[in-house]
Amino acid sequence: MLRVEVIKKLGEFTLEASFTSDGRVTGLFGASGAGKTSLINMIAGLLRPDRGSIVIDGETLDDTTARIHVPAHRRRIGYVFQDARLFPHLDVRQNLDFGRRMNRLADDPAQRARVTDLLDIGGLLDRRPGQLSGGERQRVALGRALLSKPRLLLLDEPLGSLDEGRKVEILPYLVRLRDEAGVPMVYVSHDAGEMRQLATQIVILKRGRVIAFGGGEILPLAASG
Amino acid sequence: MFELSPTEWTAILLSLRVAVIATLVATPLGIGVAWLLARRDFWGKSVVDALIHLPLVLPPVVTGYLLLLTLGRRGLVGAWLADHLGIVFAFRWTGAALACGVMSFPLLVRPIRLSIEAIDRRLEQAAGTLGAAPWQVFATITLPLALPGVLAGMVLGFAKAIGEFGATITFVSNIPGETQTISSAIYSLIQTPDGDTAALRLVLISIVIAMSALIASEWFARRATQRLHGN
Repeated sequence: MLRVEVIKKLGEFTLEASFTSDGRVTGLFGASGAGKTSLINMIAGLLRPDRGSIVIDGETLDDTTARIHVPAHRRRIGYVFQDARLFPHLDVRQNLDFGRRMNRLADDPAQRARVTDLLDIGGLLDRRPGQLSGGERQRVALGRALLSKPRLLLLDEPLGSLDEGRKVEILPYLVRLRDEAGVPMVYVSHDAGEMRQLATQIVILKRGRVIAFGGGEILPLAASG
Repeated sequence: MFELSPTEWTAILLSLRVAVIATLVATPLGIGVAWLLARRDFWGKSVVDALIHLPLVLPPVVTGYLLLLTLGRRGLVGAWLADHLGIVFAFRWTGAALACGVMSFPLLVRPIRLSIEAIDRRLEQAAGTLGAAPWQVFATITLPLALPGVLAGMVLGFAKAIGEFGATITFVSNIPGETQTISSAIYSLIQTPDGDTAALRLVLISIVIAMSALIASEWFARRATQRLHGN
């Protein structure tokens, strides 16, 4: 369960969002500039709220009145960025292993095999990020985040930098991830079609405010894909 | 003509030792300072920056004299170090290494700082979300990605250290076998009648060392870049 109640001044407008979600996939929907990325950056611990609190499964990660701010590296929250952000000096295998090494987790070949199978990246292990296509890069980034064994996975428009063909290529993996990986996710997108396919609960943001919360029926019909 | 005298050999080996030690000691410090300047904002940052660059713009003899005043046997810090820790820099080869280290420090720091500034901070953020503590981010992401800059800085610093003259001769004088480096040996030789051939030999040696350092740095930089972006 994820409970977010934050206020943050961002340039000309103020992000003031609160919602509680226990869905497998919480969709954050809104136009660009609505504050979606700032909101998940706060959940990840990369951005500090001016006021408010963030609680996940009963553990407080942020609480400005109690002066609690758990740094990003201690949150166990995986993050898949729009631009993948694979480490260019490491090959795919080392990128995938990074989170396990940093958290000093025991080697788990079964989990690794499961994730590489799920994402079909077994054939890429010896390549460098520079030798991957955009879609491959995004799949490796998904695997890298999953293998750090997060309790929550944040996905910031993971299809945003891909062309239509590639999106169709990745979407089934995200559906599989939702149904098989057993990690709750927060999925950010401005695409109603993606939301409908993936999200189990949807938060609609507009100019820094939550304007609606519910299932797929709250999405604008005109933009349905 | 190409027979080196024992004094010349001593000067060459001493120069190499001084420059190698100066570079090896200054490098970790330089990486730390470069990281601070590139990644942190703190009160007095511009003063620190200016202080580091000071040896680049001050007359070397002034830097040497300042070192003598502070770290000489009767200097404020120097006297304390000698009395309490038995460490003496004045008129020792270690003092030559210190002078060379101070003089080459700005050249060492600059390429490292530039290469750290060029690293995408979002990669460091990504490492954080994967559970890497700040020191782990530095060790596994920042430092490896800055490696070409570190190597470039080391070579530049080494080249500066091996040619340093003004600050060294002011601080530790020109004692054969202890503080007489190639530069000060050449200086002595051209003031001696019939010293020209010997001076010329040392000039040639300097050129060879400098050229090797430049070629080595090119090679390292190319390899490091390939390793980082290996396509």
